[in-house]
Amino acid sequence: MFKFIVRRILGFIPVILSVAAITFFASKAIPGGPFDFAGDRSLPEEVVKNLEAKYHLDWPGWKQFTSYMIGDELTIFRTKHEIDDVNVFIEGDKAIVNGNVMLLDNKTLCKESGYIVYGGFTIFDLDTEACGTSQGVIRGDLGPSFRYRARTVNDIINETLPLSAQLGLWSILVGLIIGIPAGIVAALHQNTIWDYLATFVAVMGVSIPSMVLGPVLIVIFANNLGWFPVAQWGAKPPYFENMFLTPGFDWINYFSHAILPVLTLGTGISAVFARLTRASMLQIIREDFIRTARAKGLHEQVVIWRHALRNSLIPVVTILGPLAASLVTGTLIVEQIFGLNGLGKHFVQSISNRDYALVLGTTLLFAVLLVISNLFVDIMYAWLDPRIRLE
Amino acid sequence: MGRLLEVNNLQTQFFTQDGVVQAVNDISFYLDEGETLGIVGESGSGKSVGVMSLIRLIPIPPGKIVGGEVIFDGQNLVKMTDNEIRSVRGNRIGMIFQDPMTSLNPVLTIGRQIMEALELHMGMDKTQSRKRTVELLEKVGISGAADQVDRYPHQFSGGMRQRVMIAMGLSCNPQLLIADEPTTALDVTIQAQIVELVQKLQEDLGMAVIWITHDLGVVAGIADRIIVMYAGQTMEEAPVRELFAKSRHPYTHGLIASLPRLDQRSGKLESIEGLPPDLVDLPKGCPFYARCKYRIPKCDKQRPKLDEISPGHYVACHIDINKDSITTEHPWEEDKE
Repeated sequence: MFKFIVRRILGFIPVILSVAAITFFASKAIPGGPFDFAGDRSLPEEVVKNLEAKYHLDWPGWKQFTSYMIGDELTIFRTKHEIDDVNVFIEGDKAIVNGNVMLLDNKTLCKESGYIVYGGFTIFDLDTEACGTSQGVIRGDLGPSFRYRARTVNDIINETLPLSAQLGLWSILVGLIIGIPAGIVAALHQNTIWDYLATFVAVMGVSIPSMVLGPVLIVIFANNLGWFPVAQWGAKPPYFENMFLTPGFDWINYFSHAILPVLTLGTGISAVFARLTRASMLQIIREDFIRTARAKGLHEQVVIWRHALRNSLIPVVTILGPLAASLVTGTLIVEQIFGLNGLGKHFVQSISNRDYALVLGTTLLFAVLLVISNLFVDIMYAWLDPRIRLE
Repeated sequence: MGRLLEVNNLQTQFFTQDGVVQAVNDISFYLDEGETLGIVGESGSGKSVGVMSLIRLIPIPPGKIVGGEVIFDGQNLVKMTDNEIRSVRGNRIGMIFQDPMTSLNPVLTIGRQIMEALELHMGMDKTQSRKRTVELLEKVGISGAADQVDRYPHQFSGGMRQRVMIAMGLSCNPQLLIADEPTTALDVTIQAQIVELVQKLQEDLGMAVIWITHDLGVVAGIADRIIVMYAGQTMEEAPVRELFAKSRHPYTHGLIASLPRLDQRSGKLESIEGLPPDLVDLPKGCPFYARCKYRIPKCDKQRPKLDEISPGHYVACHIDINKDSITTEHPWEEDKE
């Protein structure tokens, strides 16, 4: 098991690398650039040039990509700089200038002086070469946003992911709690009123898009009945990790904000789960081993709970992986309808903004979550079905 | 020996979109304590549905027991409440199924699957039921049973799984064991082992056995009496020796004739031409009419009743093939030319 997990995690590396490379070069292939417009007006050519130079967009593609992945310092170290007959290598917090090692605090230098002074000369302008740029994905730095210039991609994700993740995870929970029992009930009472009711509701749930359901819920429960506030759910701490541990956490207030968006998103998910559970349950309860269980004289509830449920959850678990990855990283429509500052919009807007770093950052985040949740799915498989061995 | 089971005019039907399937059509039989009854018939003859109906294991809906009674140890199983029948299933009537590959739950250990019946019916706790499970597995010939209880069905071979099934069926010392084609899915050497095992356990535990099969050869050695079923009805019922020696029904004749024989050189096996009738639309007369070599006009009009022609030997046929036609050892032989 441990070996399996380690091997799978090692297997992530080429996957993530490929995702990064394809996304990087694909986003560069789209015509236009991040600095084409400031608001409605186009920028003067010189300004665009300067900006591009600042963000290294004047570099060749391979160099930009390398710098994005492993950081500017390592990239520059590899690509020797010759400025005014001075050879400069930057390696971590050291600069090697003509063979002499200088210690430098990169950030401090960036912010305060912006350059390295050696022998009375400005030999290395950090503002264009090393400042404000990437530490590299390998060190967890997803680079500066080209559109939100005061913020890095990390800042944006830190601000918006917690809310999106809360919305997504609660919705999945709602989906599981409603969908699986509904599917079981429908399967056990096949072709009765309960089955038709559950199937009808599930079809409705799948068919009604969230941009319809969301506003309807807002009108009924927020505007008319005034039960819940809207557009005020903010991603304030405590986040998930310490929400459960925080004493005196105001659950009522929290859920009064969360309930409408979670229901909007959760309805469709529970419908999907209900249909999947119903279909697989119908198949499983016709299996021979269910007959064996009944022949033992077990109560019907025991037959379903102990013998049928675990077998029939495999399809649900299968879609749970990709679903979790996509929901945790935000859902544009529900977030927009409820005015939530979530990550969802950045997936879409970053592309039209040509915000290359944000495109890559969101894509990589999604890719990482996807491979992790698929690993989780595989572990769940092995737990559900002993015939599956993780070797 | 006392009467253990008496089935009177049992009728089971399936209500499907294509019509009412008359799967079991008025069958009656009895079983004494410790006795072995073989029920023989081809696929779709209603033999499985018939015994499933005894402990009401047929899927309801679409299935339904529409008539008759099943008196087991003085109680009518058909009239029992769901809770009452559940306390009979797996407890006083054990069951073994055809395909051991699919009849065990793949996600639970075999120990767990045997233990749950013990805990339910015999009120044992985990330790006791586990101890008994190991004993049962040893009894059915699984070596190193203590190490095997925590293994999953897929880690066993087909024959071993059928032994597990048998251990499960016997776990609560049933008075009656129903074996629904337990050897059909196994290869021949394993078949013999399983047959022997059930026989030995039957002697040890003194239970009655209903052994369902489509293979007359399998039940010939183990059954006291044999019922031949066709299209949901009993065609012939006789003590085993009498059935093989003096079978009266053309269908039974056909079945016996189609057994491979060591004393015949001819490579080709006999077969009964044609197909069983549609159970949705049973003929008014004898269901075997269309395939019968001896048919007379009466057979098409009137369904023959099950008559006792000698003590314990019942036949549902209008004619006596031994009298009414050319007597040959095998009635179909004349057609072979």
